[in-house]
Amino acid sequence: MKKLSRWFGRNLIRIYAVVAFTYLFIPVAYTFAFSFNDSGKSNLVWKGFTLSNWQNPCGAPEICSALGNSVKIGFLATLFSTILGTMIAFALGRHKFKGRSTTNLLIFLPMATPEIVLGASLLSLFLVFKINPGFWPTVIAHVLFCISFVVVTVKARIASLDPRLEQAAMDLYANERETFRRVTLPLVAPGIAAAALLAFSLSFDDFIITNFNSGTMTTFPKFVYTSAARGIPAQANVIGSSMFFLALAIVVIGQFVGRKRKVS
Amino acid sequence: MGFLFTFFLLPLFNLAQTSTQTPVGGGDTGQYEQTFRFQNYIDAFVENKEQFGRSFLYAIIATVLALAIAYPLAYAIAFKGGKLKNFMLVLVVAPFFTSFLLRTIAWKQILGEEGFVVPTLRTFGIISESTTLTSSAFAVVAGMTYNFLPFMTLPLYASIDRIDPRTLEASGDLYANGFTTFRKVTLPLSMPGVVAGTLLTFIPAAGDYVNAAILGSPQTKMLGNVIESRYFKIVDYPTAAALSFTLMAAILILVTVYVRKAGTEELV
Repeated sequence: MKKLSRWFGRNLIRIYAVVAFTYLFIPVAYTFAFSFNDSGKSNLVWKGFTLSNWQNPCGAPEICSALGNSVKIGFLATLFSTILGTMIAFALGRHKFKGRSTTNLLIFLPMATPEIVLGASLLSLFLVFKINPGFWPTVIAHVLFCISFVVVTVKARIASLDPRLEQAAMDLYANERETFRRVTLPLVAPGIAAAALLAFSLSFDDFIITNFNSGTMTTFPKFVYTSAARGIPAQANVIGSSMFFLALAIVVIGQFVGRKRKVS
Repeated sequence: MGFLFTFFLLPLFNLAQTSTQTPVGGGDTGQYEQTFRFQNYIDAFVENKEQFGRSFLYAIIATVLALAIAYPLAYAIAFKGGKLKNFMLVLVVAPFFTSFLLRTIAWKQILGEEGFVVPTLRTFGIISESTTLTSSAFAVVAGMTYNFLPFMTLPLYASIDRIDPRTLEASGDLYANGFTTFRKVTLPLSMPGVVAGTLLTFIPAAGDYVNAAILGSPQTKMLGNVIESRYFKIVDYPTAAALSFTLMAAILILVTVYVRKAGTEELV
């Protein structure tokens, strides 16, 4: 008994971690489980196991066009915000220029602004310029909030670089462009990749800002939100679960590649 | 930079402009003219005092709860993670990969009438027959706590992980017990993470309306819900703009006071 309680005391924090992770994953597991539900229209009660939702993920009306919009927006927002954000990160990390601290503040502010304020203010801008909310306004909105996260992520990576590596390249008669292309960029690349992944997942999952700026266009989160009232089709669970495994796979492969590189 | 200026500062300016407009006399709904009516702010605030208070109350409770749950978790990953550290970090972020709306709705169904939690609690007599878990303030706060937990855990982990374990040993050598070591050494050293984590949780939580919409009832409406319905259902742009601004100002003031108190200004 005494032994048991001592083991308990020593491993309390480990037990706690397991409990906390369980808590984090309950809804994910639930979503996954109910993607196999033979539910018909509303996916509220367990009715029996079926694979038909996985075989036919576009079975619910509009779900795949919504998903397509989300993927397109996510891709474009990731592309633009990663390019712009990386450039800003290099400017901030490498050069001392006038207005540097203002720039830093400007990068920080969108992260500190509640999403609803960002969404509402962009919508009012679009309305003033008589731009109808829709696909491109949503892309612009997404680039806006992704860019700050890209800058922060890439900047951290640049800050952790050893400046001597670049000096060494210069000593070996590489000019500035070559040094950047063959030394700096490959070293910063994992940071840029992480930032792009972050940007895509932020954009893909965003609901509040999208809701304000997308007008009648549906995205996947919007689809889920609007169908919540009448019951979400099990196909949404299929898509949610697939995204989960896909992203997990990307992260695991990324780690694996990173480790291999370190070894060689 | 031009991009940020155009699509961040300009909209804010625009929002400020909208917030003092009044309806055009005899115009259609949705038409407004600039009259610099600052009374809009006072009206908007007085009308929605309740939701205002609720937003901040819920956000503060959710932040404190998230801190209480995330701190031991981050501590466990940083000090007991060993080889599994990276794997555990991936686990913290992984729930993000399923849409947060799906996860919130999953909670609604788990805690709802048809889920398994409520009937179980009822059979054991922990809650009465008429008590429900969803459509309550409890559900809204729990949903926010859950959804923002990774935002709290990651910065906490980052700063706890940086603590040199030898400082803790040193404290033990100086006859401090576990609790004193935690209070005098671990906690102060992890303060930057605490500050960053609470900000990352509190700011989005205060402006959130999704949790309140899915897990709440009309009695748990937050400011975000009001702004949303002003924009889309009532087409009352000035009030919505004024409310957005007040929300942002209130958050900024609270955050400034908090950061000063916590004494880690290098963060901002």
